[in-house]
Amino acid sequence: MPRARSTHVRPPPFQAFLDGHREEVYRFLTGFVAPHDVDDAFQETFLSALRAYPGLRNGTNLKSWVLTIAYRKAMDSHRGRVRRAMPVDDLPEQPSRSSHAEDHALWDLVRALPDKQRAAIVQRYANGLPYKEIAQIIECSEEAARQNVREGLKKLKGMMT
Amino acid sequence: MAAVDEILSRARRAPVGEAAAQGAARFVKAAEKENLVDVVFARVDSPFGELLVASTPKGVVQLSLHGYDQNETLEELARKVSPRMFESPKRLDAVRKQLDEYFEGKRRSFDVGLDWQLSHGFALRVLKATARIPYGAVSSYREMAQKAGNVRATRAAGNALGGNAIPVIVPCHRVLRTGGGLGGYGGGLPMKEALLQMEGAIL
Repeated sequence: MPRARSTHVRPPPFQAFLDGHREEVYRFLTGFVAPHDVDDAFQETFLSALRAYPGLRNGTNLKSWVLTIAYRKAMDSHRGRVRRAMPVDDLPEQPSRSSHAEDHALWDLVRALPDKQRAAIVQRYANGLPYKEIAQIIECSEEAARQNVREGLKKLKGMMT
Repeated sequence: MAAVDEILSRARRAPVGEAAAQGAARFVKAAEKENLVDVVFARVDSPFGELLVASTPKGVVQLSLHGYDQNETLEELARKVSPRMFESPKRLDAVRKQLDEYFEGKRRSFDVGLDWQLSHGFALRVLKATARIPYGAVSSYREMAQKAGNVRATRAAGNALGGNAIPVIVPCHRVLRTGGGLGGYGGGLPMKEALLQMEGAIL
């Protein structure tokens, strides 16, 4: 969670918040959960944000705030996945879907990494976030965020060869 | 084979705009179903420029005339009413249609609910009295002050009308100076004059 600051910036109308952050949330979820879970996790994330929104006193770091919610919701859905076997209809478009089969293969491996490594790698590469923000989202130190990316990359490289 | 971080970096450039927009649209429907939408707003074209209209489940809470900063208006509404606000022209279809008809001279009164929560006390009484001035008629600041319970508070009545959150629908343009002068108007005096001419209240 972002730290409380003394400067009070009231959160903007939810529409502006949604327009401003929906793509970052979508990119994160696409890398983090299975393709057929992206939409549910996206809905859950913004519904949860909307419920909490009127009580928000500080609107200075809404990006980290919503990506933290997305991270938590995504972990729930990722765990739930193991238990439920759901029918798959249309797979949502995912950023990794391109002409490159190797992209798919690699992103499948990413989804097998432990939560923090997976989250750190997705935020770093798909959203281009600085380590400071990644640390806030996965609730660790900046150095630990860096370490999670390094560890994850090492595993991926090992699995790809 | 490309390096791992090179493949990962491609995700940053992958287009998600369309998918995220569709997800957002589905989310807004879910939010409505769960009664988590407190304010909807839409922009409306008019002969007097673009207007902004906002509504709560009770009814129209604000109409902002052309020339006001729309972002500022929305941020203020978020503070005063609720930040759970969504742009939804569809949910405001009825109001938008009636405004169109009114500006075309085809409608004489509005059949929409009103949410008065942005006005209080004496100002609220002045505005409620103003809402009853019929199409084609005019009144005075003094008369509105009297109807609100204080005949001497002419200036306060003027201030209340200047702070009217729902102009056009609450027809503060029908209130003139006691001597017959036009007085003021948030949308500019030419708009006030044009509305009164359209309504046949002045020549």
